[in-house]
Amino acid sequence: MILASNSLTTPAIGTLFWTVVIFTIFFVVLAKLAWKPILNMIKQREEMIKGSLASAEQARKEMVKLQSDNEAILRKAREERESILREAREVRDKMIAEAKGKASEEAEKIAEKARISIEREKAMALADIKEQVATLSVDIASKLLREKLGHTGEQEKLIDNYLKDIDLKKN
Amino acid sequence: MKRIYFTGLLFIFMTICGYSAPKQESNPAVQAEEEFDASSFILGHIADSHEWHILTKKNGEHVSLYLPVILYSKGSGLHVFSSKKFAHGQEYNGFRLEEEGELEGRIVKVKSDGTVDMENMPLDFSITKTVLGMMAAALIGLWLFLALARSYKKTGISHPKGIQGFLEPIVLFVRDDIAIPNIGEKKAHKFMPYLLSVFFFILINNLMGLIPFPPPFGANVTGNIAITMTLALFTFFMIQFNGSKTYWRHIFAAPGVPFWLLPIMIPVEIIGMLSKPFALMVRLFANITAGHIIVLSLIALIFIFNSLAMAPVSLIFVLFMDCLELLVAFLQAYVFTLLSALFIGIAVEDEHH
Repeated sequence: MILASNSLTTPAIGTLFWTVVIFTIFFVVLAKLAWKPILNMIKQREEMIKGSLASAEQARKEMVKLQSDNEAILRKAREERESILREAREVRDKMIAEAKGKASEEAEKIAEKARISIEREKAMALADIKEQVATLSVDIASKLLREKLGHTGEQEKLIDNYLKDIDLKKN
Repeated sequence: MKRIYFTGLLFIFMTICGYSAPKQESNPAVQAEEEFDASSFILGHIADSHEWHILTKKNGEHVSLYLPVILYSKGSGLHVFSSKKFAHGQEYNGFRLEEEGELEGRIVKVKSDGTVDMENMPLDFSITKTVLGMMAAALIGLWLFLALARSYKKTGISHPKGIQGFLEPIVLFVRDDIAIPNIGEKKAHKFMPYLLSVFFFILINNLMGLIPFPPPFGANVTGNIAITMTLALFTFFMIQFNGSKTYWRHIFAAPGVPFWLLPIMIPVEIIGMLSKPFALMVRLFANITAGHIIVLSLIALIFIFNSLAMAPVSLIFVLFMDCLELLVAFLQAYVFTLLSALFIGIAVEDEHH
């Protein structure tokens, strides 16, 4: 009854006309002034977000790479340090050994020299002592001789004795 | 909170209108005051009209917004005057606004003997209630989206701010869930302005139709067949103007169909071509009108039972229906846009199978 009776289901020409006018204006104005800039801006933003995400990913990858690089460098440095230390230790040991060798050689040399000079000194001292002993004994002998030879008899006795000695010895 | 507020307003508004509806419909001297014609009460609110009835005072006086009448008559050319001239069934310049009978609500030319001149029906281009509501909706839409465009210009490509945060998801929804899946990434951008315009035009009108008061809210715009027909025709022409070679070949020389079948196939295809916008037209019209009819029927219950005790029951039902209609407002805007996109997508598709 409602449908048959009236204007509800009969499109009115005036409303049609005005709808065309209003919707056309609505569509054209918005298409030019609103949808285009809005959609453009949204698209730009989306692209920027996409770009930033991609570059962030890139940066992350680079970071990882850098980190692994760093680790490699660190490992290498550690190895190098180790080898340097080892070398140093070797050098030190060698130097110590060398020094030790030299020192003992030197010491021996010094000891030898000392020994030689001691021998020489000893020899000199002995010679000196011999000399002194000789002079002393000559002095003593001369004193004794002077005392003994003060008496003529004694002198003769001595001569005799010497002579005897000589004879005996010659025999 | 707002919905409740509006529903309350609707209730008050309807109470005032409805209470005096019998007076409005009939001569109080002739008919009993108790008689309430629900059908004409509902139709009165759904149908288009040349005045915007706001309320009826206790003494039977109407408070209305009189809208401009624009007529074109073959004999006398263009006439522009206020619909106030037609108040109380008056004739003006040989025209009359029919208040009952076959031509109810239409402006007719009257012969000198007082009968309707059926041969010289004037063309009625009046700014009716529906047209005014639609104009307001278009202005609100224009204002909203021009402001949105301006705010984008201001913020550049930084994160969405203010009004953008509210509207951008809907714009993106139209693009990502309606246009691109149906038309394809490459061609979708070409139809985005049309789809967005249709979507928001329908949505704003649907929502404004749900708000009962004051004018320009509450006009049954998307429940008017002329308007849904125009929108459907826009989609129809959008399809035809952008149809690819494949599309036309499928209509006039469907591949794989023997030539002697073509005389049958071509009319079938043409019917298919026309039935698409027809379905769009009827779907939107019927859904929105049905929603309004249900809400108004529930309000009318109060007057049918003629008891204030019915009011709370009615109010709860109307509140529920309004929530549902809010969903329907979005849903129908979505469906119309989706099907438009789908049909356009089929038409612009290049051959690849």
